Amino acid sequence: MKSIKFNRELCDFCGTCVGVCPHDAIELLESDLRITDKCTLCMNCVYICPVRALEELDEG
Amino acid sequence: MKDKYNIIVVGAGPSGTTTARFAALSGASVLILEKDREVGIPVRCAEGVGDKGLRSVVDINPNWIAQKISGVSLYSPSGMEVTLATNEVGYVLNRKQFDAGLAELAAKSGAEIKTKAYVYDLLHENGRVSGVKMKHLGKEYQLKADIVIGADGVESRVGRWAGMKTRTPMRDMETCAQVTAQNINIRDDYIHLYFSQKIAPRGYLWIFPKGDGLANVGLGISGEVSRNKSPFEYLEEFLNEHFPQAAILTTVAGGVPCAMELEKIVMDGLMLVGDAAHQVNPVSGGGIVNGMVAGKIAGQVAGNALKEGDVSEKRLKEYVKLWQKAEGKKNKIFYKLKEFVYNMSDEDLDETARLILHNPKERRTILQLFKTALLKKPSLIVDAIKVFT
Ligand SMILES: Cc1cc2nc3c(=O)[nH]c(=O)nc-3n(C[C@H](O)[C@H](O)[C@H](O)COP(=O)(O)OP(=O)(O)OC[C@H]3O[C@@H](n4cnc5c(N)ncnc54)[C@H](O)[C@@H]3O)c2cc1C
Ligand code: SF4
Ligand code: SF4
Repeated sequence: MKSIKFNRELCDFCGTCVGVCPHDAIELLESDLRITDKCTLCMNCVYICPVRALEELDEG
Repeated sequence: MKDKYNIIVVGAGPSGTTTARFAALSGASVLILEKDREVGIPVRCAEGVGDKGLRSVVDINPNWIAQKISGVSLYSPSGMEVTLATNEVGYVLNRKQFDAGLAELAAKSGAEIKTKAYVYDLLHENGRVSGVKMKHLGKEYQLKADIVIGADGVESRVGRWAGMKTRTPMRDMETCAQVTAQNINIRDDYIHLYFSQKIAPRGYLWIFPKGDGLANVGLGISGEVSRNKSPFEYLEEFLNEHFPQAAILTTVAGGVPCAMELEKIVMDGLMLVGDAAHQVNPVSGGGIVNGMVAGKIAGQVAGNALKEGDVSEKRLKEYVKLWQKAEGKKNKIFYKLKEFVYNMSDEDLDETARLILHNPKERRTILQLFKTALLKKPSLIVDAIKVFT
């Protein structure tokens, strides 16, 4: 199962991932980010993040 | 805060506050909602603007300016420096002061502003947008508006909630890394741009001096090529090689939608401005002045539409028409040029630099540069003439 891990310590809350998400699945506040159940795991956000705060996990 | 306004603007960047200022000046009641706790920070920007464009939308306050700019140096992959002949003046701003100053001007014109106000959805009535849902200090609010203006920047969700296609394609999103650093010893009344697929693939690197050794050094690369190497990795390599003595004071990440103009930016009771409407110049990534030019038009059109009691898409389209005339049409051409320039190989970039350096200094203009670069694609030369003359 694939999933996305969000690393708060790395995130700069810049909104770049939100801008490329095809499903409007990212809620971004001033210093909080949440991926909602609209996510289809396309990984756009993971590949675009300038600081690599989002990580693709593939377990099992 | 009331529960109904003529206009609610989502986002207090330069586009939002300029829209609000001009709408309020026309007599509308205006509320700006900003999710961050303070307008103007963090600064996700290289802070460069042209004098002429900025002057067309606001009286420039000297406190906003960090450094006056009178020239541009371009660097080819092998390190050839081409200094462009230009008479244009520009500035590297202090955007913290600038954004805050624009918000104050909006407030002085009568707009209300609320920070820590996160807009999370739109209200609909009779099949059209009628306001926003907002969270502020743990409480939820439903606020009504005749017109909602989405000035929510690169995230651009307001438009999507209304059914517009505002997502930026991966290849058009420039993912950026920037530091503000001391000990950047470089001519400080010039901006410096590096073009090379090794330094910043499908993008470029910039040095925008802020005076006395301080400078914004950053780069953007296309989302198409950022999967395996992040912009920060590219930036670190550049700094290690070119400015090992740099003392880094601030680090920021960001994204710029260097995309084709959105087809639809107005609906009944809804308008988008600035980055949210992809109004950035796709070649340079500059969006401050464009967003303000669009904001001025949008604010005035919204104000007039309210007076006439008609906020339909048809009425609000006047904004689109005027924006197309001001910058929109040019941006379509810039997009074509971007596609060409960002895909040039390092060999072609070096060859262009070599050829342009054969010209006498006063003929090394931006138009001449593009004409030289476009030798292999002459059909675009006509386009370059349209935007650079
Ligand atoms: C690294 C970098 C360098 C740049 N350099 C330059 C440059 O040198 N010159 C130039 O002209 N341009 C530059 N740009 C582009 C420029 O920063 C933008 O074009 C400009 O800020 C756009 O202004 P805006 O008002 O449209 O959006 P923004 O300035 O992004 O403002 C949008 C605001 O909306 C708020 N917001 C978003 N969603 C919500 C919500 N749901 N609820 C409430 N508030 C919300 C955000 O917090 C933000 O304050 C650069 C961009 C980057 C990333
Ligand atoms: S792109 Fe990365 S740094 Fe920016 S908000 Fe998304 S996760 Fe955070
Ligand atoms: S993986 Fe794709 S759908 Fe999921 S949050 Fe990221 S960009 Fe959106």
